Amino acid sequence: MGASHSGPDTRELRELSEKTGFSVDQIENLNRRFQQLSKNKETLRREDFDKVTDLDVNPIRAQIIEAFFDKRNYSGMQTGPVEEINFEQFLTVMSHFRPLKARMTEEQIASLRKEKLQFLFNMYDIDADGKISLEDYRHLVEDLLSRNPHLGKESASVTSIADAAMLEAVTIIKGQMEPHQVYEGMTFEDFVKIWEGIDIETKMHVRFLNVETPHFCK
Amino acid sequence: MERALSILYFVVLLNATLAGASDSSKPDGHGSDSSGGHNSHDSGHGEGHSPDGLQIVSFKWHHVEAPYIIAVWILVASLAKIVFHMSHKVTNVVPESALLIFLGLLLGGVVWGADHSASFTLTPTIFFFYLLPPIVLDAGYFMPNRLFFGNLGTILMYAVIGTVWNAALTGLSLYGVFLTGIMGPLQAGLLDFLLFGSLIAAVDPVAVLAVFEEVHVNDVLFIIVFGESLLNDAVTVVLYNVFDSFVAIGGENVTGVDCVKGIVSFFVVSIGGTLIGIIFALLLSFVTRFTKHVRIIEPGFVFIISYLSYLTSEMLSLSAILAITFAGVCCQKYVNANINEQSVTTVRYTMKMLASGSETIVFMFLGISAVDPNIWTWNTAFILLTLVFISVYRVIGVVIQTWLLNRYRMVQLEIIDQVVMSYGGLRGAVAFALVALLDPEKVKERNLFVSTTIIVVYFTVIFQGLTIKPLVSWLKVKRSEHRDPLLNEKLHGRAFDHILSAIEDISGQIGHNYMRDKWAKFERRFLSKLLMRRSAQKSRDQILNVFHELNIKDAISYVAEGERRGSLAFIRSASTDQLVNVDFSTQRPSIVDASVSALLRGNPSSVCLDMQAIEEKRKSVRDKEDTLSHHVLQQYLYKPRHQTRHKYSRHAITPNTEDNKQEKEIFRRTMKKRLESFKSTKLGVNYSKKSIKNYKKDCMPRKVNPEYSDIEEAHEHEVAHQDIGISFIASATRQALAETYNGIDNPTFISDENVMVRPAIPPWLSNEDTVVPSQRARVQIPWSPNNFRRLTPLRLSTRSVDSFQMADGPVPEHPRMTLPEGTHL
Repeated sequence: MGASHSGPDTRELRELSEKTGFSVDQIENLNRRFQQLSKNKETLRREDFDKVTDLDVNPIRAQIIEAFFDKRNYSGMQTGPVEEINFEQFLTVMSHFRPLKARMTEEQIASLRKEKLQFLFNMYDIDADGKISLEDYRHLVEDLLSRNPHLGKESASVTSIADAAMLEAVTIIKGQMEPHQVYEGMTFEDFVKIWEGIDIETKMHVRFLNVETPHFCK
Repeated sequence: MERALSILYFVVLLNATLAGASDSSKPDGHGSDSSGGHNSHDSGHGEGHSPDGLQIVSFKWHHVEAPYIIAVWILVASLAKIVFHMSHKVTNVVPESALLIFLGLLLGGVVWGADHSASFTLTPTIFFFYLLPPIVLDAGYFMPNRLFFGNLGTILMYAVIGTVWNAALTGLSLYGVFLTGIMGPLQAGLLDFLLFGSLIAAVDPVAVLAVFEEVHVNDVLFIIVFGESLLNDAVTVVLYNVFDSFVAIGGENVTGVDCVKGIVSFFVVSIGGTLIGIIFALLLSFVTRFTKHVRIIEPGFVFIISYLSYLTSEMLSLSAILAITFAGVCCQKYVNANINEQSVTTVRYTMKMLASGSETIVFMFLGISAVDPNIWTWNTAFILLTLVFISVYRVIGVVIQTWLLNRYRMVQLEIIDQVVMSYGGLRGAVAFALVALLDPEKVKERNLFVSTTIIVVYFTVIFQGLTIKPLVSWLKVKRSEHRDPLLNEKLHGRAFDHILSAIEDISGQIGHNYMRDKWAKFERRFLSKLLMRRSAQKSRDQILNVFHELNIKDAISYVAEGERRGSLAFIRSASTDQLVNVDFSTQRPSIVDASVSALLRGNPSSVCLDMQAIEEKRKSVRDKEDTLSHHVLQQYLYKPRHQTRHKYSRHAITPNTEDNKQEKEIFRRTMKKRLESFKSTKLGVNYSKKSIKNYKKDCMPRKVNPEYSDIEEAHEHEVAHQDIGISFIASATRQALAETYNGIDNPTFISDENVMVRPAIPPWLSNEDTVVPSQRARVQIPWSPNNFRRLTPLRLSTRSVDSFQMADGPVPEHPRMTLPEGTHL
C-alpha cells in the first residue's frame, strides 16, 4: 500500500468537495471504500464491483454498475462507456445521491432534481440514443421482475406490463394518441413529466455517514 | 370457533357493544328467551302478564329496553350523519366531530330535560372494549406501512419523549400555580396533578383521525401526527397507571424502586403490546391461508383475531392500542393476499363501517356525557391554565424535538409543518375515558379533572378542529393529492429502491435502504412462504398487483361507459354494411391512416386479407347475425329464469352455482369482446412502434425511416405517405412470402393466437380476427373513453394474472363466438 494511494491531499479534497458537494469527511470515507474496491489502484474496473456481494441479488445490478462507467454521468457532454473510472468519476456518480441541503432555493432544488432525473434517465436509456424506447423499458421491467421466481423472464405478463407502462407514460405525455401516431420513445423532457408527481429530490438520496465500511465486503 | 364467531357477531352488531352499559343495572338473561312471542313464563322481569291466560300480544318494553335504546342511539347518530352531509357547506367548514358533539349536547339536554338523569354516558368500559378497538384496528390495517416505518424514528420521538414532556410539564406547572394559591383550595397533591397531566397530555388517535382526514395534509405530516397519537398510548397507559398507583399508595410512600419499576414497565408495556400484536398478526395471516373453503366467514377472522390481540394485551395489562395497531399493520399484506377479492372488499367496508360508526358514537357520546350537572366543578383558573399549558408545552415540545430531529432527518420538517403538528395536538375520548376511570375515593378532585378534560376536549376538537383547515390553507401546507396509482410510478419506485440499496452497497453504507432490502429478502424467503397461500405468492408481486388493479378499473369504466350508452349499443353498432365497408376500405392504403394501416399490413394477416377472406366473411354474416341475436336473447333470457330459482343459504352467498356459471360466462364473453376491441384500438401505438423497429431491422430501406418518423411527428400528410404505404406493403409482402416475419414479438399477439387458433379454424382466420377488428374498432368506436391507457395487454395473455381471461379457455364454442363478435366491434 503505497503512500501515494492513501488518498487525495487536503487541497484535492477541498476541490473535490466543491465539485461534488460532499463534505471532506464523506469524501475520505468514500475514498477508503474506493481503495478497498479497487485494491488500492488508481482506477476501478467493472470486475471490482463483483466484490460487493450484496449486489449479486440486485435485479438491476448491471444497469447500476454500468451507470458508473457511463460518460454521460460525468460532467462532460460526452457519451459512451468507459473501461475504468478514477476516484473523481466515482465520486461524481455518487454525488447524484446526495441529500438535499438544509436551505436551498427553489431553483437549486429544481436543478438538483433535474440532475437526479438525468441520472436515472441515462440509466434507463440503455442504448444512449437520448430516448427511452419500448425496448429499453421492457428490459428494465424484465430485470425488475426477474427476481420473482414464479414469473419467467420471457413471460407475457412481464412484457405486457412494460407495454402498459409505456402506454400509460405516453398518455401522460401526449394525452390521447391518435391511432396513426407513432411514439418513438421517451425523451428526457417526457421523462421529467412522468416524474412530476414524485418529489425525487427528497427521495433519491443515500445517507453518506461517517461509517467505517469494511465489514460486509468480502 | 363458534365461540369466536359469537364474539364476532357481538362486535359486528354494535348493538351488543353498548348493551353492557345498561345491562349492569338490569340483571336479566335477555338472551335466554329471545324467541319472543309465545313464551308464557318469562323468567324475571317481563310484563306482568298473568300466568293463567295466554296473551296474544304483549308489550314488553323492559324486555328489549337496553338493546333497543342502543340501537336507537346508533340510528340517531347515523341519521345525523346523513343530515350533516346533506349540505356540504356546513361540513366543509365545521368538522363532523364537532357537529356530533353539538348533537350530543343537544340530545343530552333533551334526555336530561325528560327524566333528569344522565343515563347514557361514555363509560370507560364501553369505550375501551367496544368503541376504540375498531377505530384503531382500522387505522392499523390501512396504515401506509412504508411511510409509517420510514418515519418510525420521528414518530417514536414525538410519541414517547413528547408525551412525557407534555405530561410532566403540564402537571408540574399546574402544581406550581396551585401552590401560588390562584386556584383556591384543592384537595390535590403533586401526584394528582401529575396524574392529570399524564392523561391530558396524550394526543388522541380518534380526534386526530377525525379532523385530519378532512384536512388532507401531506403524507409525511399526517403520518407523524397520526403515528404519534397511536404510539403514545403506551406512554399514556404507563404514566397513568404509575401515577394512579402512586396516588393510591400515597405520595410519601413512593420509593425510588417504584420509579425504576415505572420506567421498566414502560418498556414492558410498549414492547409487550407490540409483540402481542405481531404474534396475533402472524396467527391471523396463518389462519387465512386455510380459509379457502369457508369464504363466507373469512372476513370474520380478521376482526376476531385482531380483537383478541386487543383483549389479550389488555388482560396482560400491556398496551392494547399498540397491540391492535401492530396486528393490523403486520397482517395487512398477508391477509390481503390470502383471502379472496370479495373478502378483501368485505373486510375493507366492514372495517370502515365499524370504525366510522364507532367514531360517530364516540363523539356523540362525548356530547351527551357533558350534560350532567353532577360532574361539573368549575374552577376558572385551573381550566384556563390547563388549556394554556397544554398548548404552550405542545408547541415548545414540538419545536425542540423537531430541531433535534432535523439534524438527522433527510426530509426536514419545516416551520409550517411544526405549526400544524403543534396545532394538531388534539385531545379526545381517550383522555375522557381515562379521567372517568379515576376513582373518586382516591382522587378527591376527580370532578374537576373530568370537567377540565371535557373542556379541553371540546376546545381542541371544536375550536382547533374548526380552525385547522383555514390555517392549513393559509399556511399553504403541502397537501396530499389523491391520485390513482400509476404503473410507471410503481415501476420506477421499485427500480429506485434497488438503485438506492445498490448505491449503499457500493459505497459501503448500512443505511435505511440497506436494511429495507435485507428485510424484504428475509420476508420473501421465509415469512411469505409460511404465511401466504401458495397461489398468492405467485401473483403477489406489487407491480403485477397495480397492473391488475388498473386493468380491472379500466375494464369496469369501459363497461360502464358502454352501459351508459345503452348496453346493447356495443352489439348493435356493428351493422353488416359497415362491416363490409370497413373491410374494403382497409384494403386500400388509406391516406389518413397511412402509418397504422400500412403497418398492420405488415402482419401476416395482411396476406390473408384477400378476397377469399372477405368472401368468407360475407357469407358468414348471416350466421353471425343469427348468433348475435341468439346471444342477445340468451343474455336477456337468462335473468328471469334465475329469479325463480332463489334459494337461501347461510353459508354461501351465491348458492346457485349453475346460474352463476352462466352469468359468469356471459360476463366473460362480453368482457372479452369489449376488451378485445379495445386492445386493438389502443395497442396501435405500441404495436406500430414495434413494427417500425422491425422494419428498420429487416427490410426497410434505411433512408425511409427517418423521413417516416419525421412525418409522424410533424403530422405532414403529404406525398410521402403514398411512398411509405407502398414500401410498407412491399416489405410486408416480402416478409409474408418468406414466412420469416418476426414482427409479432409483441407477446400479446402471440398469446392471442395461442388462444384462438383451434383446429377447426384455419389460422388465417384467426389472424384476421386479431387484426381486422382493430381497424373496425377504430372506425366504429370513436367515443371510446380516453382514459383507458392500460387496458391493452390485459385481454390476451393467457398467462397473465387476469381472471376472466384465464377462465376463458374452456368455453367450447369460444373461437366461433369470438370471431363474429370481435368483428362486429
